[in-house]
Amino acid sequence: MEEKNEFVREVAEKKYQYGFTTDVQTEVIDKGLSEDVVRLISQKKGEPDWLLEFRLKAFRYWQTQEAPTWGHLKMPEIDYQDISYYANPTAGNSGNSGEIDPELMKTFDKLGIPLEERLALSGTAVDAVMDSVSVKTTFREKLKEKGIIFCSISEAVKEHPELVREYLGSVVPYRDNFFAALNSAVFSDGSFVYIPKGVRCPMELSTYFRINARGTGQFERTLIVCDDDAYVSYLEGCTAPMRDENQLHAAIVEIVVKENAEVKYSTVQNWYPGDSEGKGGVLNLVTKRGHLRGRNSRLSWTQVETGSAITWKYPSCVLSGEGSQAEFYSVAVTNNYQQADTGTKMIHIGKNTKSTIISKGISAGKSQNAYRGLVKVAKTADNARNYSSCDSLLLGSKCGAHTFPYMDVHNNTAVVEHEATTSKISEDQLFYCNQRGINTEEAVSLIVNGYAKEVINKLPMEFAVEAQKLLGVSLEGSVG
Amino acid sequence: MAEDTRQYTDFYAQAGKLICERSCEVMNAPRAEALQTFSALGFPTKKVERYKYTDVAEDFAPNYGIALTPLEVKNLPYCHRISEAPVDVTPYYNKLADRQDAVVALNTMLSVDALVIYVPRNTKVEHPIQISNVLKGEQDTMVNRRILIILEQCAEADIVITDKAVDQMHFLSNQVVEVFAGDGSHLNLYEVEETHLLCTRYSSVFVQQGRDSHVHHTSFTLFNGHTRNRMDVSLKGEGSEVILNGCVIADKTQHVDNNTLIDHQVGSCQSNELYKYVLDDSSVGAFAGRILVREGAQKTISNETNANLCATSSARMYTQPMLEIYADDVKCSHGSTVGQMNDEALFYMRQRGISEQEARLLLKSAFITEVIETIPLEALRDRLHVLVDKRLRGELSKCEGCKLCK
Repeated sequence: MEEKNEFVREVAEKKYQYGFTTDVQTEVIDKGLSEDVVRLISQKKGEPDWLLEFRLKAFRYWQTQEAPTWGHLKMPEIDYQDISYYANPTAGNSGNSGEIDPELMKTFDKLGIPLEERLALSGTAVDAVMDSVSVKTTFREKLKEKGIIFCSISEAVKEHPELVREYLGSVVPYRDNFFAALNSAVFSDGSFVYIPKGVRCPMELSTYFRINARGTGQFERTLIVCDDDAYVSYLEGCTAPMRDENQLHAAIVEIVVKENAEVKYSTVQNWYPGDSEGKGGVLNLVTKRGHLRGRNSRLSWTQVETGSAITWKYPSCVLSGEGSQAEFYSVAVTNNYQQADTGTKMIHIGKNTKSTIISKGISAGKSQNAYRGLVKVAKTADNARNYSSCDSLLLGSKCGAHTFPYMDVHNNTAVVEHEATTSKISEDQLFYCNQRGINTEEAVSLIVNGYAKEVINKLPMEFAVEAQKLLGVSLEGSVG
Repeated sequence: MAEDTRQYTDFYAQAGKLICERSCEVMNAPRAEALQTFSALGFPTKKVERYKYTDVAEDFAPNYGIALTPLEVKNLPYCHRISEAPVDVTPYYNKLADRQDAVVALNTMLSVDALVIYVPRNTKVEHPIQISNVLKGEQDTMVNRRILIILEQCAEADIVITDKAVDQMHFLSNQVVEVFAGDGSHLNLYEVEETHLLCTRYSSVFVQQGRDSHVHHTSFTLFNGHTRNRMDVSLKGEGSEVILNGCVIADKTQHVDNNTLIDHQVGSCQSNELYKYVLDDSSVGAFAGRILVREGAQKTISNETNANLCATSSARMYTQPMLEIYADDVKCSHGSTVGQMNDEALFYMRQRGISEQEARLLLKSAFITEVIETIPLEALRDRLHVLVDKRLRGELSKCEGCKLCK
């Protein structure tokens, strides 16, 4: 018993390997949120008036709203005045432009995201965001040849204001919800992607988000526009240092998909989940939505959620283009005191639209893992088709797994199906493995990986390997 | 105080004394608390998760005359007025009902009498007990019904509750049923509603089950106006089993909302749920079934199915099957579908000279048969086959069997 505890402790300690902090001169504005702060952020980023106006409108709306409480979550009270809304880690070297602080380079190297193009994995362009600022975007020139715009949103505001102005807030309006309003008021950096007509993006685009500074929140904003007949695969990764306090992360991702275009959006979310006592960790409250505007457009969300103390997000799809198709694949793992309330919304508006939802929840320790999803078929969505399947796996008797699907069907030609199961790992399978000399811990990892395979297979290669490892690590010490 | 609750609180202020006089001590005791809850909460809005799909305030808004007639129960085995019950009902009455639900509180506040069905230990009730609620009246009326079913250890009973409306007036019935199923008891409870478009029904059934008890509840909404059925089952003894089945046939502007909760408080229990809806014209159906498996309730087996058939483009279906599980050694599943009739099956029948209308009817009837076939009581099963067939043909308006309607 003693020995086993030792092992579990070791595992628990080494578990979150991205928990280091980077010592870099960071410019952090004072804590608190007011109109002045919004103006200050806008001014620091040198934004045009229309954007400041947008932020102020959002801020005034946010002030009238109350934080929602309907999630199946025990949320710590968030003091919005105790957070700093802007932290710039590149402030130290603003003098010599173009140069990146070697500390920052080292950090991203350590995270496995080399910022030098020659070292990078071929075929992936990265936008690295730390705290409130985009540090570097690689392969920009190469992408530019094809007419693809891939840069941080702050740059896009300066260089392509007409595009940003047209699409920003068109999928997630600032009135959408409490956190969307907050983000619209104070958003800092994120990525902007524009794929012109008929272009197939030759490499994976990726953004890596890193929270570093203490007492700050990250409010990134990503906007992806995929024009007619274009294709892009976009990846998002994220980590944060280990801290005793909760850090807030309230992002917005907007995706516009036009005629015959296809967007694949994959996330491996590995924010710091808090320690084994449930102390600290990132509060991940994100609004993600894609609008399938064109005929036969396609969008797929794939997410592997292993981190965050609280995950509360519903990557959604509005299927208004005729014959558009949307997919949602998710694996959510919770351990210790983590809580997740995640799922998707599929809003069918156009005719002959199709959506698929595959969600796999795994809960261990004392965690709570909930799937919540809405499938809505509007009156206009003739022949809409949806299939949802949500499975939950329970490891341990103290955790919880919940399923809350909502289906609103307003059209008689629609076919909507939902099925869900909840169970623990079958003893037969475990026994089978044990019999063949595979110890229980490994066997569980094997079975869990097999269980999540359907989703992980949808990830791009490098991510799939990482996701598989993450699953193993997240669950270590949860068996027995 | 909210405007919509005022007419009821005003009424109680005037008639409270009369209600108390006509009623008995055990029912009068919780009235004050109920009034307080009702005034404080007001009717649940759509923001209350369990009332998401029904506009309660609107259903209770019309000015109904409120019926305050006590029951007359004469020489019926096992059935008693609450004041004449053979056991002390204090530990039962209003103990199971959700006291934080305004609709239930309104019933507690206004009901004058309650029917008690008491089956003593080791007794098997030979013949099914039928409770016929017949809504009759010259003016728009609201009735508050209260039923208390107590099955002692190893008792067995079949109980059929039917709702009928004779006169073409607006009726609002608000029913609260509390069921105590003792250890090893066996209860089949059926509810059949065949009223008309002007009727509104609120029903809240609360069941508590002891060790190795078995409860089989079937709810049939054949014809109605607005219906909202709430069903809460708490499994308190190991080895207990509950089956909740339901069937809804709705057309015109009917609205049917079934909301169930099965609370697995201890381990080794089983629950099974099957609800089927056939929606036509501009009807609205809603189903929300929540299965809660508490911490430590290991070896739970639970299965929930909700299948719906939408026949027109203006019919709407909301479905929400929920699982909330805090124990790991469980097998739980739920499935839910919304679809239409199988084109191939239709084609097959059309090929064989069956008219389209008839073919559609056959398919609907076959769809519902799955629920009817689970009914253990043969006579009722046969009767329902006939009623469903008539209903689908649009022939069901008044019941023929009973004297009252003739």
